Parts: sequence; C-alpha cells; structure tokens
Amino acid sequence: MSGKTLLEVEDLRINFPTRIGQVQAVRGVSFSLGRERLGIVGESGSGKSQTGRAIMGLTPPQAEVTAKTLAFDGIDLLAAPPRERRALRGKRIAMILQDPKYSLDPVMSIGRQIVETLRTHERVSKAEARDRALAMLEAVQIRDPARVFDLHPHEVSGGMGQRAMIAMMLIAGPEMMIADEPTSALDVTVQLDVLGILDRLVSERGMGLIFISHDLRLVSSFCDRVIVMYAGKVVEQLKASELRDAQHPYTRGLLNCMPRIGFERHPLPVLDRKPEWAA
Amino acid sequence: MSVAENQATAERGGTRAVAVLSSIGRFLVIAVTTYLGLLAVTFFIGRVIPIDPVLAVLGDRAPANVVERTRREMGLDLPLIEQFYIYVKNALNGDFGTSVLTTNPVMTDIRRAFPATIELATLGTLIGSVIGVPLGVLAAVRRGSLIDQIVRIIGLIGYSVPIFWLGLLGLVLFYAKLQWVAFPARLDVVYEYTFTPITGFYLLDAAMQGQWDVFYDAFRHIILPASLLGYFSLAYISRMTRSFMLNELSQEYIVAARAKGLSERRIVWAHALRNAAVPMVTVIALSYAGLLEGSVLTETVFSWPGIGLYITNSLQNADMNAVLGGTIVIGSVFIAINLFSDLLYRVLDPRTKVE
Amino acid sequence: MSTEVVQSRRDWLLSERPASRMQARLGRAYVTWRRFSANRLAFVGLLIIIALLLVAAFADVLAPYSPTFGDLKGSRLLAPSAAHWFGTDDLGRDIYSRIIYGSRWTLYVVILVAVIAAPIGLLVGTVAGYAGGWTDAILMRITDIFLAFPKLILALAFVAALGPGIENAVLAIAITSWPPYARIARAETLTVRNSDYIKAVQLMGASPFRIVLRHIMPLCISSLIIRVTLDMAGIILTAAGLGFLGLGAQPPLPEWGAMIASGRRFVLDQWWVAGAPGFAILIVSLGFNLLGDGLRDALDPRSGDQ
Repeated sequence: MSGKTLLEVEDLRINFPTRIGQVQAVRGVSFSLGRERLGIVGESGSGKSQTGRAIMGLTPPQAEVTAKTLAFDGIDLLAAPPRERRALRGKRIAMILQDPKYSLDPVMSIGRQIVETLRTHERVSKAEARDRALAMLEAVQIRDPARVFDLHPHEVSGGMGQRAMIAMMLIAGPEMMIADEPTSALDVTVQLDVLGILDRLVSERGMGLIFISHDLRLVSSFCDRVIVMYAGKVVEQLKASELRDAQHPYTRGLLNCMPRIGFERHPLPVLDRKPEWAA
Repeated sequence: MSVAENQATAERGGTRAVAVLSSIGRFLVIAVTTYLGLLAVTFFIGRVIPIDPVLAVLGDRAPANVVERTRREMGLDLPLIEQFYIYVKNALNGDFGTSVLTTNPVMTDIRRAFPATIELATLGTLIGSVIGVPLGVLAAVRRGSLIDQIVRIIGLIGYSVPIFWLGLLGLVLFYAKLQWVAFPARLDVVYEYTFTPITGFYLLDAAMQGQWDVFYDAFRHIILPASLLGYFSLAYISRMTRSFMLNELSQEYIVAARAKGLSERRIVWAHALRNAAVPMVTVIALSYAGLLEGSVLTETVFSWPGIGLYITNSLQNADMNAVLGGTIVIGSVFIAINLFSDLLYRVLDPRTKVE
Repeated sequence: MSTEVVQSRRDWLLSERPASRMQARLGRAYVTWRRFSANRLAFVGLLIIIALLLVAAFADVLAPYSPTFGDLKGSRLLAPSAAHWFGTDDLGRDIYSRIIYGSRWTLYVVILVAVIAAPIGLLVGTVAGYAGGWTDAILMRITDIFLAFPKLILALAFVAALGPGIENAVLAIAITSWPPYARIARAETLTVRNSDYIKAVQLMGASPFRIVLRHIMPLCISSLIIRVTLDMAGIILTAAGLGFLGLGAQPPLPEWGAMIASGRRFVLDQWWVAGAPGFAILIVSLGFNLLGDGLRDALDPRSGDQ
C-alpha cells in the first residue's frame, strides 16, 4: 500500500503576470508522494505555499500553472474539469491552513463548518452528519465535543481552532493532506499537541502528507523525506534521517541557523544566498 | 479541553461583561450628548441668530400685544441658559410651539405627516437593498466584468446627480409622456374622502381593509418617488456591498472553504455574504437615514405630504417653529438610526456577542 | 537621441537614490502622476474640471447672450435651436448663456465652502490630535455630534434663520461639512505626534502652536485634498438643492439649482428649461467624483478597491 504513488509532480511552474513582467513563483518543481510524510522547507517566498495551492487547484485566478505531470492517483489535475477538481478537494485531497483565526469562517459555528464538508461530499442525514462531526471532534482530542460544536471560532483558543480545522478537513476521509504551516501561528506549548494529533491521524488512516514549513528542524523530526526549496526551485531532496549529511550549502545554511545549547551563538549566522542556486 | 483553556474562556467571558457594560455607558453618553447637541444647534438657529426671535416666529405683521405675549411665552426675558433649559424640556415633551401657517401645534402637524415620509423612505430602502445587494455581490464576484462596470456607473451617477432634477425628469417621462404612474400626490382626489387611513401607511392600510383599488392607486402614486429614492439607495448599497464582498473574498476562510470542496455559489452566498452582512446592515441603516434626509427634496418634487414637504412649505412662509420642529424630528430619527445601526452591528457580529 | 534623453530623464525621476530633495519630490510627483493618468476615468474627471474652470473664466466671451436680460416679447420658452442651443426660459433668456455664467456660481460655492470648512476641520483635528486628553475628547465629541446630524436639513434650517442667499447657503454648507476633515486631520496627527522628528522639534523648544502649524498641518494636507475633492460633488448637490428650494442663490442669478426650480413650473411641456442646468450639475459633479477617486487611488494605493 505504502509503495503506491499518490501524487506525481513533474516540472511544475507557476507564473504571476504583473505590471513589471512575469514573476516566476515556482520554476520546475518535481517530486512524488506515496502514503508517507513529505516535508517542504523554504523561506517565505520560496514558492512552497504556492506549490501546495497548485496541487489543490487554489492558486489565484491570474496565476498560470503548467507542469509536465501533475497527477493525483492517476488523474491529470491540470486537464481535469473544475467540477472534478472540486469533487477531489475536501473528499480526497485536503488542506490545513496556517492560522485558524483567519481560516475558519468567523460567523459560522464550528460544528456547522465541519458538517458542511461532510454534506458537500456525502449524502448523509443531518443527524448522522452531526454524530460523525462530534466523533471527529473527539478524534482530534476535544474533550467536550457537544459544547465546542456550537461555539464560534473566536470563542476557542488557537490550538483548539486548529484541531477543529483538522477535524473539518479530515471528516470526509481524504487520502492526502497538505498542511501549510499548520502550527506556525500557535503557541509553542500547543504546537506539539496539534502535531501529535495530526501525526496519529495521518498514520492511522494511512494518508499521504505534505508538510509545508519554514522550520527545518520541525520538518526533519516529523517527516520521512524533506524537500528544500529556494527561489521557486528544489535545491535538495533527501531522507529526514540523512539531514546531517545535506550537501547543498543552502540546506547547510538553514541547519546552521539553528542555535544549539552549549555552543557559541555569536555572531548569529546569516543565511547565505547565492544567485547561482536560483539559476 | 484543558482546564487552562476553560479558565481562559471564563476570563474572556468576564472581561466581555465589563466591556459590554462600558460600551453601554459610552453609548448612553454618545446618545445624550448628540441629542443635546442637536437641540443646542436648533436653539441657536431659532433664538440666537435672528435679531428678534419673536418676529422670526410671528412675522412682522403681528399686532403689538401678540408680539409682547409671545415674547413672554417664549421666555425671552430670561437668561439664555435658562431659555435653553426650558427649550430642551419642551422639546422632550414634543412641544415645538405652534405653527403660524396651520395654527396647529407643530407636533400635531408632524405626527400627521410622519407616516408618509416613513412609508416612502422604507419602500425606497427596500427597493435599494433588494436590487443593490445582489448587484454588489455579482460585481465583486465577477470583478472587471460588464456587471461590475454597470455597478460602477450606477454608483457614479447616483453620487453625482441632483435628486430633484432626476425626479422632475421622471415625472416628464413616466407621468406626462408614458402615463405609467399617477400625478404627484399620495392618492387620487376621489379616494381622499372614501378612504380612512389607520396607521397612516396607505399601502398597508388599504391592504388591511381589503380596498385593493385604493392600494393600486396608492401604489401608482408612490412607485415613482420610491423608485427614485431606491435608485440613490441602490447606488450606495451596491457600491458598499461590492467593497465588503471583495474584502471578504480575499480572506483565508474563503481559501479554506474552497479546500473543503464547496461550490463557488455556496462560498459566495453562504460564507462571504454572511460575513459581509454584518457591516451591510449598518450601510442599509445609513442609507435609510440618508433617504429620510433626502425626503425634503423628493417630497417637494412629488408633492408628497410628508415632513419634508412640511418643512419646505414652512420655509417659504417663514414659519420658524415648524421648520425647527421638523428639523428636530428628522434629525432625531436620523441620529437614532445612526446610533441604532452601530448597536445592531455589535449584536449581529458573533465576535462581540454576549452569552 | 531624443528618446535617449527622455529615457535618462525618466531614470533620473525614478531614481532609487535621489541626490537632492528636489529630485525626490519631483520623482514622487512623477510616479503619482503616472498612476493617476493611467486611470482613464480620473483623467476624464480632470478634463471636466479644467473645462469648468475655462468656461467660468471666459464666460463673457463664450456666452452668446446676456445671462440676466432676455427678450420677453419674442423668445419666451423657445425649444432648443441653432440660435438658442438649450432653448430659452420663461423670461426669454438664453439657457446656454445662463449655464455658462452659472459655472461661476458653482465654482464660487465650491471654492468658498472648501476655503471655510477645510481650515476649520484642519485646525480642530490637529489641535485635538496634538493636545490629546480632555481637549481631544471634547473637540471630537463636538465633531461626532455634527457628523451625526443630517447635513442638508441642518443647512436648510441655518439658511432659514440667516435668510436666503448664496452667501448664507455657502456658510450653512461650510458649517455642516467640516467634521470629516477634522477626523482626517486628527487621524493623521495621531500617526505623527509621537514620531522622533516631532520630538526633536519639541526639544529645540518650538511652541505647540508652531509645531502644529509648521510640522503637523502640512502632513495632513494631501489626505485632506483628496477628501475635499471627493466632497465637492456633495457640496454642489447640496448648494443646488438649497437653490432649488429657493434658499440659495436668488433670481436673477444664473445658479443651476435655482434655474431648475424656475423651470419646474414648465417641466411637463418645456422640459429643457429644467433639463439643461440639471445636466450641467450632473457633469460637473461627475467630474469631481472621478477626479477625487483618481486622486485617492493615485496617492493612496491601498484603498484602490473601494
């Protein structure tokens, strides 16, 4: 099962036409994903988030997305009609966004937002949808699901909001999940809780996960494989366990940026950026 | 849910209660000072600007004994601050003096004219919102499209055209040329005697009494001025809806809704518009207040017997009591709607809701 | 060769490292102008306003007839024709000529209201913002009270007390239109009040009066200009409304609102008497609205979507 390829990306390019010319956000990214955890790491602006959104089909309308291959489970995503892509979203491919404060609809109760995903993709009665939503809330370790069900997003903490987000995105049972900086907006204390929940659900359900983050250490401890992106390109691809042996100077730079206890921290290392890496 | 989180929620609830109390307090301060301000300004206009307020009220042809009596009645021999106190007290009791023109107490006249103004403004706002909101939504969703351009042009003209002029042109076209609507008035003369209004809202009264011929006639009279006001309301509402919708559609929760696989239609109407609805209520209320104000010009053009026409007629006869009484009443309603919409905003937004 | 010169002049203007204050200022102006003139509608607005200024300046030359004296015998209520482009009114006056002269009164009202209301708002706003505390609270409460009033009705009541006439109409409109300017000026003041350079001037011993006048007010000017331009259409419409109700300009002044009022009696048969001045109001208001929108978008790109 785990050997089967879920997602195939080959030579993905994303262009944004602007007044001053084309901005190439992603320039020929290739990778494939099975039922495993893949981390994509890079600074802001490296194109990692746009890569995730292109797979979802959620790039802004003015963006031009091209690829030799962009296939999910054998379905050519770029050739698929919008209706088919929409049916995939939420049902088979899901995405978790960064900050639950902004990514949950502020005027709709949490329960209704979860039920909405389910009823978009499955014909279930209201009562059944409610039961399954409550069960899902329990699965993301919310103690009092019945109460949280009726709360609005502003009434819960960031950690609980992100758990509700996970529940909302997992309820229809997707096979693949894109998590775009899912813990960056949370307090450090709850980051690990949320990651743990995500980790458990992903492995229990045998899902494929793309974990997008700027935090190399987090990604390396959490994922099986890591892709390092710089200026819209993949500069290095390696197993998380082999991170110490990274070859590319940019990856090494990212690694060296992390302060370690017991070592001299001054001067703080600054990331090296060479134009030829982007070439 | 952890204990810490429970506690945090409880604390939020506590501070929210304090916040609500203080915002009620602030609301009261604002309401009281604004009304006092309105009365101060009208007092200033009625008593301080004119060289002789008595002459301003009575005109210069009044006999000397009447002038003297009125001077005492108005308390003009008292110090200004005491005069203001009496003025405020009277105004709060709805006593704005007597109209020279109709010889009725001003409040009686106003009470008679008020429903006509409200009926017109309400129908106008209704027309403006029912057309304006969907138009604004479509303009935002299909940004740059033909419909977006149309909304833009409707807005630009609405902000630039004199309302009374458009009303006159409307009369020329729809009454004189096409004869689609009835002449400027509230009802045909025939019905003035056979129809007894109950609430003063003629459409409602006619429907309640089952007098459908009267209803039709009232409709033929009100539809042109109401559409005119509706156009101005529409211009404002559609423009604001577009702007709110553009703002909502660029939010992250819209991306999340797409990631859930929702249809565009559901995203626009069930998510974005529901969020935009909160500020929209304020806009519709403000547009309603604006139409009340615009009634002075519209009612004059359409001989619509509301407060606006009452004020204009009184102006032409230098009937200051009536003018200021009308100003205070329209001003009060205007201020009330302003304050009320602000309050409504807080109530409607779940982020400020009190449990 | 010449394109090269143009190119280098542009580079000089757009330079990232201006060598002088003048160059920076010109460069900013150039960028603003480019953004403004890229907006075609705003450009149309500008053309309308320029046309209004020219018509008002050369009214004597442009108008074929007298605006105040008509031929009562031979030319009452004539339909538009080659001799009278927009027809004639009930006193036999040429409406085209009256509209041309009327542009002067429109400008008169607009400029006078702006000259009275904007400085009041600027003063109230900057003083409130700079002084803070009770001064701020009281001034802003007064401002908010005025903001909550229905402007047209209040102006109406003012003119009713002051007596009809165009000067009083101007005064009444000015009294009701300063509050938004005060709010804007206060907001701008608050953003700069605690900045280092104001601190520096304070340390040098400048009086509050000097700081407000020389260092804060100039910074409020550009947002104030945008707002005033956007308000111009409203001012014109209010003035026309007062004129229409017989409270503004008095006959025989060729003020557009009053012209509509006098044409009202014949509107069902001689629609052009009221039609033409209303159209003039529409065009000029449209011009100010387009110009204001364009200025706002050019000077403040953030609000481009509004």
